[in-house]
Amino acid sequence: MGVFSGPLQSLIDELGRLPGIGPKSAQRITFHLLKVAPEDALRLAQSIIAVKERITLCTRCFNVAEGGLCAICLDDRRDITSVCVVEDPRDIVAVEKTGEFAGRYHVLQGALNPIEGIGPDQLRVRELLARLGEEGIAEVILCTNPNLEGEATAMYLARLLKPMGLVVTRIASGLPVGGDLEYADELTLGRALEGRRVIEA
Amino acid sequence: MTLFRDQGVVLRTIRLGEADRIVTLMTEQNGKVRAVAKGVRRTGSKFGSRLEPFSHVALLGWQGRGDLDIVNQAEVIDTFRPVREDLDRMASAMSMLEVVDQVGQERHANPRLYSMLVGALSALAERDSVMVTPAFFLKVLALEGTEPVLDACASCGEEDIEKLVAFDLVEGGVLCRNCRRGRSLSGEGLALLKRILGGGLAGVLAEPRSPTTDEVGALATEAMEVHLDRRLRSVRAGPVS
Repeated sequence: MGVFSGPLQSLIDELGRLPGIGPKSAQRITFHLLKVAPEDALRLAQSIIAVKERITLCTRCFNVAEGGLCAICLDDRRDITSVCVVEDPRDIVAVEKTGEFAGRYHVLQGALNPIEGIGPDQLRVRELLARLGEEGIAEVILCTNPNLEGEATAMYLARLLKPMGLVVTRIASGLPVGGDLEYADELTLGRALEGRRVIEA
Repeated sequence: MTLFRDQGVVLRTIRLGEADRIVTLMTEQNGKVRAVAKGVRRTGSKFGSRLEPFSHVALLGWQGRGDLDIVNQAEVIDTFRPVREDLDRMASAMSMLEVVDQVGQERHANPRLYSMLVGALSALAERDSVMVTPAFFLKVLALEGTEPVLDACASCGEEDIEKLVAFDLVEGGVLCRNCRRGRSLSGEGLALLKRILGGGLAGVLAEPRSPTTDEVGALATEAMEVHLDRRLRSVRAGPVS
């Protein structure tokens, strides 16, 4: 249906399939690539090939890895007694940036969503349970998103893990630093009040 | 192209782009509405938790030319917090949302359906009753004009209660021994069905879980699936399965 033919149109079509890129953006990027130096464009092509060929999921925690275990699982300095359960590898980046957590992770690769038909079997839940037996884990931190799907996932996992005699914790909900009380929503502010703590003076 | 005010319950949300969501609401005056909530997924969003499924909100929206509206402001009427914080209740509430999403027509006011949903969610928030969802399904069927016949055999008109032993929504309700089709129905089950559709709802919601409530629950789900002509995903893939 495109005006262009051959490789040009096929590149536009391929780019147009990327998330958030419409036909116009695809066309713009294609013509940009057409104009740039060949080595720049080839570097992009090589990166895509390299990622698809070399990046796999960590066999232990399902984070992204370069063959076998991921960098975090390979790091001997990390605390092996606590594991932080997240939905997506990108959530690991967010938690790592805080510098507050030194244990290992477990990536579920999604969250429960009954309406979309995503149940526990579609997630890496069985693998998490297997790890708990093997690795000497004492605490599981449920670090799923604080939205409906994430909360459902956390509650489901808590129900599953509690009888195993582990410490199961859920990340707190509260107000964003730099935020304004006036604009806080009721649920968040309610939970922030509930989870208040004695101030150290 | 107007601003509108309405109240509604969030049925589902779909991610859109980087930080936005498309929110589907069952509203009081505008029926089912799909609206874009900009920036909801950002931590500092002014909407915060207000546009999560189950939230009952008063909203100010902008109706454009397309079929997607835009949420400008949202204020919470009720969050049904007990429902959110209990896995079983959340699962039953989820299936109610799915049904309303299927039954509700876009931009077609259905205030009865809206108030039934709000009522059912409030009932579920008040107490963990296994009968809220089945009762809701049956009431929705009645609202849709497919209220099952319970007083006599739907096929031959046999009125002897002792002889009514089966239920099939395709036939239109209960069936007697001679006409039996569909699933079997116990006498207690039939009595419970009659109470749900006959004005004894408050008593029904207080029923503790029993084989009879399970029977009526399964029957209501099946009847709803027959009516919608599709499986209810939230019931089949519930997190507690």
